[in-house]
Amino acid sequence: MAEKYDVIIIGGGPAGLSAGIYAARARLACKLIEKAALGGLIVNAEKVENYPGFADGVSGLELTELMQSQAQKFGLDTVIGEVQGLTLNDSLKTITTSAGDYDTRAVIVASGSEHNKLGVPGEEKFTGRGVSFCATCDGYFFQDKTVAVVGGGNAALAEALNLTKFASKVFVVHRRGELRATKIVQERALANPKIEFRFNTAVSAIEGGDFVKSLKLEDTENGKASTLKVDGLFVAIGFKPNTEFLKNTVPLDGAGYVITDEKMATPVPGIFAAGDVRSSSIRQVIGAAGDGAVAAIYAERYLSEPH
Amino acid sequence: MAEPTIISDHDFEEKVIKATKPVLVDFWAPWCRPCQMLAPVIKDLSAEYEGKIDFAKLDVDQNPLTASQYHVMSIPTVFVFKGGKPASQLVGFKPKEELKKALDAALGS
Repeated sequence: MAEKYDVIIIGGGPAGLSAGIYAARARLACKLIEKAALGGLIVNAEKVENYPGFADGVSGLELTELMQSQAQKFGLDTVIGEVQGLTLNDSLKTITTSAGDYDTRAVIVASGSEHNKLGVPGEEKFTGRGVSFCATCDGYFFQDKTVAVVGGGNAALAEALNLTKFASKVFVVHRRGELRATKIVQERALANPKIEFRFNTAVSAIEGGDFVKSLKLEDTENGKASTLKVDGLFVAIGFKPNTEFLKNTVPLDGAGYVITDEKMATPVPGIFAAGDVRSSSIRQVIGAAGDGAVAAIYAERYLSEPH
Repeated sequence: MAEPTIISDHDFEEKVIKATKPVLVDFWAPWCRPCQMLAPVIKDLSAEYEGKIDFAKLDVDQNPLTASQYHVMSIPTVFVFKGGKPASQLVGFKPKEELKKALDAALGS
């Protein structure tokens, strides 16, 4: 027999935790399922400067730990397990996970997204041997070395700026001619003497022996190939949504994100989505937290209506 | 409650290389957030595998020699040593189930 709930929240980042705070405080029978560890992608952020209320900034880890203790204070129950599938039987939904099955009347999908990989030769082989997805973790291993960051968004430039504390030289390789990052972050990166930009350039392969030695680059305008000698490569080229388990139940947009209305409701009654997993998400902690609250409030209203 | 032993460059040989049981070594650093997320998972596992596998953690910032000897360039990195040699290496945050597979493999013959 599957355990039965009012609402199951899938994902323990800011969206899921915020939904959890609201749902637990509303005394709904709820459970949050997280596949790895609570906190979500934001835990890797050294400093969150734009979350209202924290005028001096706060680390991503500290912020999510505060959200966790707040949710736990209201009695939110969490379980570690990977969601494998979601099936609908009339108004009841069954969630299959590696930690067991759960029946629930409402679902809040807050499963977020994960880092895109480059998908070029050498990436897998050199992961942990010069290729990294976390500059705050691994910058230390590149003291006085030359590194490259691939990407042109906020994450890429934050990684590059962080790496200047260790590396002697940081190349930013970006396939377009201009950056997508917020202006203030761009200004900081452009003013940093250790950072050199390679615009209209794509990485086509990562080469080396036991460790990364160089990158094969390709000019995205004329296709011209070149080589860049680096000791490390940090990949920050966007994200893909964690929506595999929803494929046959909930409509997704072309990139695989969940489509919702302004109530965070999907077209499937009783299934809501919040945070980065949602189509048109602003990918900010404040947005995720707001989405989570909206989803929980409308889930509660859904539950109070006759079905 | 079992806790991973804090080890250093100085006692790595004694605690890991010369250990009779398999040893899980968690290479971490205080500034690494995924390492902090991994710590409670490792702690749980150390209780689960108590008596069968030794658990140790090594701060790469304080102990650069061992980290460079094993070419650790990304943290968290978890090694499972068996008979003084690395039997498996897992780079990045890994869920409990994946770590258990490496531990169970080290316990097998």
